[in-house]
Formats: sequence, structure tokens, C-alpha cells
Amino acid sequence: MTRLFAHEMARGLRAGDYSSREVVDAHVELAHATDRGLHAWLFLDDARARAAADAADARLAGARRAGTAALADLPALLGIPVALKDLVVTRGQTSTAGSRILEGYVGSFDAHIAERIAAAGAVVLGKTNMDEFAMGSSTEHSAWGPTANPWALDRVPGGSSGGSAAAVAAYHCAAAIGTDTGGSIRQPAAMCGVVGMKPTYGRVSRYGIIAFASSLDQVGALGRDVRDVAALLQTVAGRDGRDSTSSPIAVPDYATSLPEDDDAAARVLRGLRLGLPREYFVPGMDPGVEARLREAVRALEAAGAEIVDVSLPHTDYGLATYYIIAPAEASANLARYDGIRFGHSVRDGDVLANYLASRGSGFGDEVKRRIMLGTYALSAGYYDAYYVKAQQVRTLIKADFDAAFEDVDAIVAPTSPTVAFPLGARLADPVAMYLADAWTLPVSVAGLPGMSVPCGLSEGLPVGLQIVGRAWDEEGVLRIGRAYEAITADADWRGLEPSALPLLADPAISAPRLPAPALPA
Amino acid sequence: MARMATLTRADVEHVALLARLGLTDGELALLEGQLNHILDQYLVLSELDTAAIAPTAQVIELENILREDVPGASLTPDQALSGAPERQGDYFVVPVVVEGAD
Repeated sequence: MTRLFAHEMARGLRAGDYSSREVVDAHVELAHATDRGLHAWLFLDDARARAAADAADARLAGARRAGTAALADLPALLGIPVALKDLVVTRGQTSTAGSRILEGYVGSFDAHIAERIAAAGAVVLGKTNMDEFAMGSSTEHSAWGPTANPWALDRVPGGSSGGSAAAVAAYHCAAAIGTDTGGSIRQPAAMCGVVGMKPTYGRVSRYGIIAFASSLDQVGALGRDVRDVAALLQTVAGRDGRDSTSSPIAVPDYATSLPEDDDAAARVLRGLRLGLPREYFVPGMDPGVEARLREAVRALEAAGAEIVDVSLPHTDYGLATYYIIAPAEASANLARYDGIRFGHSVRDGDVLANYLASRGSGFGDEVKRRIMLGTYALSAGYYDAYYVKAQQVRTLIKADFDAAFEDVDAIVAPTSPTVAFPLGARLADPVAMYLADAWTLPVSVAGLPGMSVPCGLSEGLPVGLQIVGRAWDEEGVLRIGRAYEAITADADWRGLEPSALPLLADPAISAPRLPAPALPA
Repeated sequence: MARMATLTRADVEHVALLARLGLTDGELALLEGQLNHILDQYLVLSELDTAAIAPTAQVIELENILREDVPGASLTPDQALSGAPERQGDYFVVPVVVEGAD
């Protein structure tokens, strides 16, 4: 039952083949039995999940009595097990954003998306591990220990939504919420072999989402196929008055444009113009990643798409631009953690001493590094040289995409230059870590919708194809992703399960660990 | 970039104080090296002449999003104080910040 897609579960639930309680029990049991060696979850709330499943079953029973029209009107994710990333605040549950500074923090309200998910009757099983405050590309920067990759337990799942990606890949839930500031949905989706969509900046309300970089943060969805991702995005997208950046632009009904039939889905590609940015194929890219990408592009072309060479000339400036803007905004957002009102608190004398001690012991290394970078970039004398300069280059990066989209309907590109790297491999070199997001960062800087879909394996590890659309055109991106699924439905890699899943069934397996840090004492 | 500085140990300590981060000597030493390495990566932006380019603070064209100015539901004092490390009545407790106060 855990192997089913959400849209398959939905059909079975409506037909009465099984109950939501049975579906949820199966997932909760599997998650408990196989998460020790994975550490995708920070907590599972069995009691709340089972109560939500029972409520979903009651809704299903009511609709079944009322007739087929009432059944058809039920929300797509009713009774379906999903996960929240640990930065989604929910009433009465902990939300730490992977940080010690929020240890024990219990929400006194629900995030907008938590309200929407509850109203849709989807069943939240718990919250997933993440890089602290979403700062990272590997989930190694969680204060609560790293998450392993279900395809190779000694490798990272990507990040920062690594727990969500690993939980979906390991069949612990059908879909999961992630957030993406510079690649934090798309890159872990690619590395865990699942689908992950970051919608346009402003598409989903961030009310109740613990903030990282406010001009970049966006909520999105992960799942095992495009339709499941579309269903979760549909559930949470749209205007909310409590987030002034959430857009009033209407959200289309994604399901109607994502046919179940493969031939119908593939038809979208005929005559479609897809841009291939030449700057994304550079030395340093894994040869296996490039080979899978070229195959995916050939498949799209063979199905009728026209592949157009495009240039995004400011691609190489994306990394520096992002790593000025995001830390600057983070340094301001994280000023709220003062050890006075909630969370980790160390009393060490006067007010200043309390701040220094609480923040110094509550934040981890990567968060401190970014707060330092951001504080410096915003400090007197450097503001124009760094922050304003980066915002000017942001204009150029956005203009690159605007120019490309005059000629093409969407852009296809690799999601990450490499497959999942070994745990610990990049911890000592922040710049090498940052490069893992070199091709997702510019998309975030421009605020565009981007999705990663699996496109095969290299060295036995998943590779992701990134599809980037015009602002607000999530629908077009989803249609292309669904079409790509359709034309590769018979590919040999499609049927493969993550290769380390059998190992996770061993109850004596040890939790994922980082190699001993090579830091000075 | 008009000014491109190398951060000294004293600079790192100053920024840490501005950021209200109490760092150990080991952390300060490590950060000095890492921050300078990261700042070196920023140099690439100086290749671009942006004198005539307007900065982009946000990418979606929304303006003046305001809500109606009406009272709505809010947190109760107990909810707002539920995570307080130290509480007295309906107040958060902080050390004395004004000399001579009690």
C-alpha cells in the first residue's frame, strides 16, 4: 500500500478498497520500522495522524452515502499521508527548523499551508529533517543529525528539504512539503530520485513558515510523480491576506491539464520550444549527469519538442549574487532569536551577554557563517558594495530569463552538477557545498517556477532534469514534467526502488553519522 | 566593487558583536579564513558594470498590498508567553537594562 501514488490511493479510498486509517497505519508503521538508518523524520505524531485518518474516513463515508457527485467533489489528498518540513509551524507541535535555538519550541498557531492541508483532509504524519533554517544543500547542517540518502546510506539526500525528499523516496509518505530558497526542493528531489516543484515566488503563503531569506523563500511540494506534486501544490497555493507577498493571481486547476493517459500527456510536447542553456553545460559536471541530461533532451525532441540553444549569460554570477542576498536577509530575519521570548536561552549576565550566549550556543556553524556574511554585507561602508551590487546583478539575471522566454516556452537543464555526494565530503569547504546549487540559484534569484523530475541514474544514483517556466506558469512546467514521465514510462530505471531500502529494514542499523569533523580544537 | 577588503581577526570580532553572536576563539579563527574565502568569490561581480542598472529587491510586481484595518483574532497572553524561558505575570523577564531600576 505504501508503494501507491497519492492519486492511486485516492481512487482506492473512494472505491472503498481500503480506509484512510489502513493507509496511514501502513505508512506510520513503515516509517517507524525503517527510519532509524535514514533519519528523515524529526518526529512522527502517530496519535494525531490516526485521528486525522479517522476523520477522513468519516468524510469519505459521508460522501459515499451522498452519491458519486459528492465523492468526486472530495479534495484530492483526503486521507493521504503527507509530511511537513520542520519549519512549518503547527499548533501544539514542535517546529525547530533543524536548529537548537528552537529546541522545544511549540507553535501556538497553524501556518497557512497547515490550515489548507488540514482543510483538505490530508494526513500529516510528522515533520521532516532539514538543514538548520534551510541553510544548506545536504541536510548535514541539522542540529539533530544528518539524513541519509535512500539510494546509498553513506551519501547525503541533498538539502535543505532532505528529510522530505528521503521520506517520499522511502515510501514513508506519498508527498511532502518542502521550501526552496536557492534549490532546497529541487536539489534534494534530484538526489533522492523524486519530483520536486518550487513554484513562482509569491504563489504560496509563507504565513507560519520560519523565515530564511524573505525575497527568495517559497513553499513547494515533493512527491513520487508529477500529478502528486501538482495535487499538493494545488492544496496550498493561492492568496492569503497574512502574507503580503502572496499573489492574487488565480491558481489554475492543475489536475485537468495533467492527463492520466500517457499518449495524451505526451502530446503537449509537439511543437513546444524548449531552451537548453549553454552555460549550464560546463566542466565540473559529472559526465554521468551530462549523459542522462542529453538523453532526456533527445527523448523530448523525439516526442516533438523543438530544442533551442539559449544563453543565460549571467549564470556564473548567480552564486555570488545569491550568497550576498540570502545571508543579508537571513541575518535580519534571525535577529529575532534572542533567548527571551521562546526557544533556547542562556542567562549569562546582562542583556547583551544573554544575547551572545544564547545565540552563540543556539546556532550551528553554517547559520553562524551566514549571519556573519550577511551582517558584514549590510554593515556601514559595505552595503552598496555588496548588497546593492548583488541586487543590480539580480536585475541582469532576471533579464537573462526574460530574454530567453521571448523565444522559448520553457527551459530544461540539469538540476545539480553531481549526483548525491558522500556524507561529510563538502562540510569543510563551504564554497564547494554552495556549488551544488549553481543551477538552481539563478532560477530562485529570478523568482521563477522550477521543477526537478527524475531522468535516470548515474553510478547507481538518481539524476534530476530541471524544468523552468515563466513566472506563474507552474501549469506549463507540470505539463512538461508529466509529458516527460509519459515518454519515459517504459524506461528501465523507472521501476527501480531506492537501492538501500532493504538495508533500512534491519532494526539494528545505526543512525546516519557524519565523519569526525576536521576542525581545529 | 568599490571596496574589497580582507577581513582581519578584529573585523571578524566586530561583525560577531554586531550580529550578537558569542563565538569561541576557535570559531573566530575558522571564520576568518572561511569568510575571506567566500568574499573572494564575490569578487566576480566586480566584472560587471552595473552603474546604470536598477537594483531588484523583489521579483513579483505587486504594489501596496494592504489589508482592511480591522481588529482580528490574536494570541492570548498565555499563548504568547507559552515559550518564554522566564515569565512573571504577563511579562517576559529580562535582566535589568536601566541602571537604578529594580
